[in-house]
Amino acid sequence: MSRILCVSRHAPYQTSHANDALDAVLAAGAFDQDIGLLLIDEGVWQLVTQQDAPYVGKKDLSKKLCALALYGIENIFVHEPSLQGRLLTRDSLCLDNVQLLTNKETRQLFDQYEQILSF
Amino acid sequence: MPMKYTVVVMGAPEGSQSSRTALAFCHALVDQNHTLERIFFYADGVHNASMLVTPPQDEQNLPADWSNFIQQYDVDAVVCIAAALRRGIMDTDEQSRYQKSAANLSAAFSLSGLGQLIAATASSDRTITFGA
Amino acid sequence: MSTLHTVNKSPFQDNSLASCLQLCSVGDSVLLIEDGAYGASQSSPCAKELISLLNEGTRIYVLENDVRARGLQLLLDGIELTDYQGFVQLSSTHRCIQSWY
Repeated sequence: MSRILCVSRHAPYQTSHANDALDAVLAAGAFDQDIGLLLIDEGVWQLVTQQDAPYVGKKDLSKKLCALALYGIENIFVHEPSLQGRLLTRDSLCLDNVQLLTNKETRQLFDQYEQILSF
Repeated sequence: MPMKYTVVVMGAPEGSQSSRTALAFCHALVDQNHTLERIFFYADGVHNASMLVTPPQDEQNLPADWSNFIQQYDVDAVVCIAAALRRGIMDTDEQSRYQKSAANLSAAFSLSGLGQLIAATASSDRTITFGA
Repeated sequence: MSTLHTVNKSPFQDNSLASCLQLCSVGDSVLLIEDGAYGASQSSPCAKELISLLNEGTRIYVLENDVRARGLQLLLDGIELTDYQGFVQLSSTHRCIQSWY
C-alpha cells in the first residue's frame, strides 16, 4: 500500500484549495488508502472553531474536517510553528485528535511518506 | 530508470503560468522515456479541457496543445468531475443529465472522480502537483 | 530519502519560499519555478536562508526559462540554472515532490 501525504497550506474560503485537499483526503479514505493530512502555514486557519461559512455563501469546512475520523482518517498533523505564528493554541482547534509537529518532526514526516499531494 | 508518473494540473490556461509549466514538464517526461500513469486535472485545471477556449491566433492555445499531447502519447487524461461541473465543463452525458444546452469537454479528456487521482498516485513511482 | 521542493511564488509577495526553506532537510533540493524565480535574485528576501542552505550543501535550482523570461540578471551565487529536462531528472532522483504554491 502506498502511503500518501496531503499537504494543505491554504486558508479555507478565499480559494478552493483547502476544500479540494479535504476532498482528496476523503477520496483516499473511501479507497482504503493510507493517507495523512498535514495542515501548515495558512492551512491551520481551517482548524478555527466557530466558523460560520454561510456568511460568505459557503459550507463550513471545519465540519468536513471533523468528518475525516468517520472515514478512518486518523493521521492528521498540524505544524505547530504555524499555529504559534497565528496565536492559535491546541485548545482553540475544532479537532482534538491532531498531532502537533515541530519543524524537525515535520521534516521527518516528509521522509515517512512515499507520495505527496500538494495543496 | 523509467518511472511511472502521476501529474496533477491545478491551474487554468489563463490566469497563471502553472498549466504551461506542467505541459512543458510532461513533454520532458516523455522525452526521457518515463510513463505518464495519468494526468489529473483538478480545481481550475479543469478549464484546460474546454474545447471552447479561443485565445488570439498569435498566442499559444494551451487547451489545444494539451489535447494534442494527450492524443499523440495516448495518455490517460482525467478531469475531476466535481470540479468540472462547478466550473461549467461537461461532456454530453452530463449535458443530458443536467439538461444543459451544450457540452464542451474536448475528446482527449474524460470526466471521473477523485478516486482516479488516488488510484493513479498509489500505482505511480512519482506524483507531482502543479499548483496555481 | 529525500524531497524535491518546487516553489512558484515570489518571496516578495508570499511566504511559500520561507516555509519551504524552513522545512528543507539535508539531501533535499529546491527548484524555483515561475514567479519563484524572483527568489533566486540577489535581492531575495530569503537570501540569508538560501545562502546558509547552499553552504550546508543543499542544491538550489532555478528554471532557466523563467529567469530569462523575467529578465533576471543578478542571481545569488551557488544557485544552479536548469531546464525542463533537468526538472524531470530532479523529480526522478528525489522520492517525493512537494509543491509550494
